[in-house]
Amino acid sequence: MRLLEYKGKEILAKYGVSVPKGIVISSVSEIDKSSLKYPVFVKSQVPFAGRAKMGLVKRANNSNEAKQIASEYLGKVIQDFEVKKVLLEEGVDVVKEYYVSITIDRSSRTFIILASPEGGVDIEEIARTSPEKIYRARVHPFEGLRDYTVNAINKFMGFTGELASKFASLLRIMYNVFEAYDAELVEINPLALTRDGNFVALDVKIMIDDNALYRHSDISVEEEGDLTREELEARKYGFHYVELPGYVGVVGNGAGLTMATMDLVKEFKGEPADFLDVGGGASRDTVKAALSLLLKDERIKGIVLNIFGGITRGDEVAYGVVEAFKEIGASKPLAIRLKGTNEEEGRRILAPLGVKIYETAEEAIGELISKLQGGLR
Amino acid sequence: MTILVDHNTRVLVQGITGSEGSRHTLYMLQYGTKVVAGVTPGRGGQQVHGVPVYDSVEDALRKHPEVNTSIIFVPARFASDAVYEAVDNGIKLVVIITEHIPIHDAIRFVNYAKYKGTIIIGPNCPGVVSPTISKVGILPNSVYVKKGPVGIISRSGTLTYEISYHLTQAGFGQSTVVGIGGDPIIGTDMVEAALMYENDPETKYLVVIGEIGGDQEERLAGLVRDGKVTKPIVAFIAGRTAPPGKRLGHAGAIISMGVGTYEGKVKALESAGIKVAKTPLEVVKLIRDISK
Repeated sequence: MRLLEYKGKEILAKYGVSVPKGIVISSVSEIDKSSLKYPVFVKSQVPFAGRAKMGLVKRANNSNEAKQIASEYLGKVIQDFEVKKVLLEEGVDVVKEYYVSITIDRSSRTFIILASPEGGVDIEEIARTSPEKIYRARVHPFEGLRDYTVNAINKFMGFTGELASKFASLLRIMYNVFEAYDAELVEINPLALTRDGNFVALDVKIMIDDNALYRHSDISVEEEGDLTREELEARKYGFHYVELPGYVGVVGNGAGLTMATMDLVKEFKGEPADFLDVGGGASRDTVKAALSLLLKDERIKGIVLNIFGGITRGDEVAYGVVEAFKEIGASKPLAIRLKGTNEEEGRRILAPLGVKIYETAEEAIGELISKLQGGLR
Repeated sequence: MTILVDHNTRVLVQGITGSEGSRHTLYMLQYGTKVVAGVTPGRGGQQVHGVPVYDSVEDALRKHPEVNTSIIFVPARFASDAVYEAVDNGIKLVVIITEHIPIHDAIRFVNYAKYKGTIIIGPNCPGVVSPTISKVGILPNSVYVKKGPVGIISRSGTLTYEISYHLTQAGFGQSTVVGIGGDPIIGTDMVEAALMYENDPETKYLVVIGEIGGDQEERLAGLVRDGKVTKPIVAFIAGRTAPPGKRLGHAGAIISMGVGTYEGKVKALESAGIKVAKTPLEVVKLIRDISK
């Protein structure tokens, strides 16, 4: 889960990183109580890149302007994400901008620090055109961040003397936060060097491993995370859902099989309307909730349910389907493919519905799409 | 011959009294796997489907020194401890079925196991099966009924069953099927698994089931180009139509540098001479082609 900017800054500030002076608000009235010096930047707290271009960061010269901009942002729904917080920040006197991050390097199974003297939004362009301008330092989890690594990064960045020791302590703080918060990413971009010789984190991105959230009770998934309204809903039931622009509903168990099902829909000239993975060992309630979500979705003209049971049981899936139909009704064509664990029991439970159970996903999707396209003509 | 799991495999089930642990102990026994002991702290002295349960791995090994493989069903919060316990007791193959283990835990135990000489499969994986011989995992018994020349390496669970099923239906049995797991940090990756198959005379062809994201498929292609993996390979990559996922900020993009997309993976694989199937069923056709 990606933390919203203000939460990332709050965490880094707690550990000793300088961030711009600012306040985070959830209602406009809080602006009057602050002692901010204008002008300020009013930044909507959304998990998207390129906020300025989207008009989601604006400058305000006085509190009235700030209130007007903030009220425009608060409560707004952008790409199904509801804006609940706005960050107001004073400007910073910037001499130069840098890039620095810590993340996980899957292939070497270590942590990795990336640093560049050329910070700012174009860092990915720099990575493409002049990769030599980015330093990569692998950090083994058993070893931690050693002095020799810090020295090498400082040398690459061109920091000496006091600046080098300030950057060294910044790196150590970032590493501590990375470990303490089970982060998959701690990124400061841009990192500003100010006229008075300090480093200030202008924008911060921290991603926390979803599987470790249980040991970070200071983080609120609903308030501080990047989940859209639909993802928050799906999270309640424990399935993975992503909305897509098509008209064929897709439900599968396991990310790989679900993705392959989407790919097959496309292969048969249909357009998938979603990615919905009920996960491993889904209960009937999960299946019921998943199917209900798609049955109620008016964009969706037909649904393919592709289950290959391992830890997931065919009978549980079947009960979920029956219950969803009982509650919402068989309002649209459903093609079911059910194989694997307790397949026979599943078929028996589904028999009264009169829905065809297919042997292969190809048959199920092929027939469903030709039926739908016949109807669309 | 097979890889990882064979006639000599003797299995310890960690988390045997839980609902998944107990159910899959039964399925493994029905498959013919030699499950000799189980562990659940505080449940020593009980039996699960006739398998004796011990309080600790140490206790289990004292009574059953023949154990050489462990399978872990312990819930995510306690799974790391179970892995260390297995590794510290000298078990040389540990299969971790548990999903949702924090990545910072996994990165540590995976490195630790390597240092101690234990092979880890998973986490978040369906396990390993050498059809008709032994299964250490949760793959459905009904699918794995035919021994044969195809070795499978898969990042997915259910998609593995799908493709194995089609292969078996078409008469292509498997030597060993390894579900390496879908997490960002895993104990044995695609490249390491491919190198294991390279030394297995029974495996004539490899089927590689990948997904978008990461660079395992690209690294495998590199190994093939370098001549380190020589067996003919057919690949299927799930996620051709998936929208770009949530990226790990700029850092993710900088590290991956365009690696990880469907197109990038297919290009890398094909340039190394690996055939890429567009659908799970096409895998069978391509295997049939190269086996002629």
